[in-house]
Amino acid sequence: MSQSFDDISAQLKRRHRKSSRLKWISMGALGLAGLFLVLFFADMLSKGLPAFQQAYIEVELDYNEDAQRMGRAALDPEVSRLVSRSFERLIPGMLRDDPGLIGTTEQRWVLADSEVDQYLKGHRSRLSEDERETVDELVESGRLELQFNTTFFTEGDSKMPERAGILAAAVGTVMTMLVTLAIAFPIGVMTAVYLEEFAPDNRFTQLIEININNLAAIPSILFGLLGLAIFINFFGVPRSSALVGGMTLALMTLPVIIIATRTALRSVPDSIRHAAFGVGCSRWQVVRDHVLPLATPGIMTGSIIGLAQAMGETAPLIIIGMVAFIPDVGASFTNASTVLPAQIFTWAGEPERAFVEKTAGGILVLLSILIALNAAAVVLRKKFERRW
Amino acid sequence: MQTNQLLAIFSGVLLLLGLVAFFLGRAKAARVRASGSAMSAQPEQYAWFAVLATAGPAFAVSSVGAFIMLLLGADIPTFLLLAGSLVAAALGLMVGVSQVKPAFHARQAIEKVIQWILIAAALISIFTTFGILFSIIFEALRFFRMHSFWEFITGTVWNPGASFLAAAGRAEEGASAAQFGSVPLFAGTFMITAIAMLVAIPVGLLSAIYMSEFAPQRVRTLAKPTLEVLAGIPTVVYGFFAAITVAPIIVDVAGFFGLDSSFNNAVAPGVVMGVMIIPFISSLSDDVINSVPDSMRQGSLALGMTKGETIRDVVIPAALPGIISASLLAVSRALGETMIVVMAAGMRPNLTANPLEDMTTVTVRIVAALTGDLEFESAETLSAFALGLVLFIVTLSLNLVSVLMIRRFREKYRVNNL
Repeated sequence: MSQSFDDISAQLKRRHRKSSRLKWISMGALGLAGLFLVLFFADMLSKGLPAFQQAYIEVELDYNEDAQRMGRAALDPEVSRLVSRSFERLIPGMLRDDPGLIGTTEQRWVLADSEVDQYLKGHRSRLSEDERETVDELVESGRLELQFNTTFFTEGDSKMPERAGILAAAVGTVMTMLVTLAIAFPIGVMTAVYLEEFAPDNRFTQLIEININNLAAIPSILFGLLGLAIFINFFGVPRSSALVGGMTLALMTLPVIIIATRTALRSVPDSIRHAAFGVGCSRWQVVRDHVLPLATPGIMTGSIIGLAQAMGETAPLIIIGMVAFIPDVGASFTNASTVLPAQIFTWAGEPERAFVEKTAGGILVLLSILIALNAAAVVLRKKFERRW
Repeated sequence: MQTNQLLAIFSGVLLLLGLVAFFLGRAKAARVRASGSAMSAQPEQYAWFAVLATAGPAFAVSSVGAFIMLLLGADIPTFLLLAGSLVAAALGLMVGVSQVKPAFHARQAIEKVIQWILIAAALISIFTTFGILFSIIFEALRFFRMHSFWEFITGTVWNPGASFLAAAGRAEEGASAAQFGSVPLFAGTFMITAIAMLVAIPVGLLSAIYMSEFAPQRVRTLAKPTLEVLAGIPTVVYGFFAAITVAPIIVDVAGFFGLDSSFNNAVAPGVVMGVMIIPFISSLSDDVINSVPDSMRQGSLALGMTKGETIRDVVIPAALPGIISASLLAVSRALGETMIVVMAAGMRPNLTANPLEDMTTVTVRIVAALTGDLEFESAETLSAFALGLVLFIVTLSLNLVSVLMIRRFREKYRVNNL
């Protein structure tokens, strides 16, 4: 079959058009992923930023006799509905600690009820018509306003959304991560040093390598089953504690640290080792004094990334009971505690509308920490990376 | 408190013995050297050997004792155990110091000890795998003693219902109601995984093609880390996003087409999970496409193929084993993903082919079984381990197949960075 030049050039044009179509489609795919990222962050910011503001109300507190028993009595009945019940409950205690207050009055900014807060932010609220009018009047006169939400950063969990904060979860996260690092970092680095610098290339070494790659791909929830069956049921580590959470996460982080450390060790050129051997160092001395110091930035970067991964992990922690309700902030390795992602999970399950905002607020805090950690890892790598 | 005090005293004494060992060892080595004989190691190395000889036996004795107590249930008084460890430490100290002789190679001895410590560390990862395997198998076997394995694999009704009554000793009242047929759970899992793959594989693969074949260097250095951000977002955050933002959108869209959709539909978690997996597929495929030798592209272009044809007919077929391996890894990850489905998918086991209905997955049931206030011995709690066992086997085989495929690719093109 013969073709004219016109046919061929038309065909060629078609082929080139097809080629550029592939380019645009693939570019669109990348754009789609980017678009999702933008939408995701916009959604989280719009949902979560209001959580950093909370309605406060200026009220006149009248510390009369009744207030010793029932805090609500200290408030004007008209505004007492608008004040957070969590604050009202504190009043009898305040009077007990400082009996001199009884009989005095005080002007004070106090936490408003979450329904008031939601109304001010323009969300659905269960306030009645009268209450809405009162709120509007108070806003007019400047006695009710949105202020920076310090409670969110200084309190533990609460069933009342206006009083719920992330501090208990943040402390729990720090404790858990301390345990994780204390276990995973030394063991991970030692394993990597063994595999890269000491191990002979035999079946046993290959078994360890395959096993580590496999561990990295095992679903995280199975680590939770391990934690439950072995750490809690067999070794008797206290359930829900930072200790058992940290141990479980350490096993999950181990492969990340091992793989990163091996890459860092491998990037140290052999000439360094040869020179050290040449002046009579033993193998361990070569590793300790020359290879490890040069690989430190890479090891640090890998460990930070592993830590960030462990910090966002929730599934195994749910299995070992770290979704506890923790209203009090306390640093302990063995008491029941919770972590930031678990707190987010708990709040996401609360029915009140106000908790959606808290959840998104908690997510923003968690994401900022993770971004900061990853940025630190990138900076560390940029600053100390050496090209040989 | 008593134990804590004992432990504090024990560590204090052990530390003291270590210090004594160090200084005794160094002093003796210095003395021997001063007497003029040639030593085969430095005084510090003798000192460290003495420290290791002191601490090693003490840790060995106390850990063996602790293991005997845990595994065999033998009751050894803590005081006796710690005292025994200290005696071992003292003996070790004496041996360690007596070994300070010119002919003794302290450095090599230390080296040996360190190597064994490193091997022990490397073994922990193996223990972890076996720990997972044994803990799951052991509890799963207990489950299969209560309910038949065949029913578990082929049953189409998952209704743990009143199985907790059995643990409470009232088995007659509700035992007949409990059914553990896992088919609906696996159907739900595969449905959500399939939706995730429908999103992740095309988008991930096309992004990888764009980044490795078309994009200018600047776009590439920017796009890669940006995509990685998607992988760094915690799954609990994705779960919230899927449940609060994506699911209502899906319901609205379905409503627009006159379809009825549940708020716990399978599409929302599937799509969000797919997005989460995009960077996974794109970065692996990117690596694979980049390691297809340039000579193949040049050959194809020299024959007059357009760039698109080169990619479609030469590069992608060459990279296919790697791409399939990446996709298998992605499937294994989607199967085991927990938080997104726990928060966005339904709780009701539902055997259906309609992704707009609510359906549940294996991981959701594992979480549900283990977070309730149930007795650990109950069939429902133990069923979590049976489900975990299946999950483990499936993901393990997917991972192994994927490793084998990537190895074949590597051997074919002799690349080492994969």
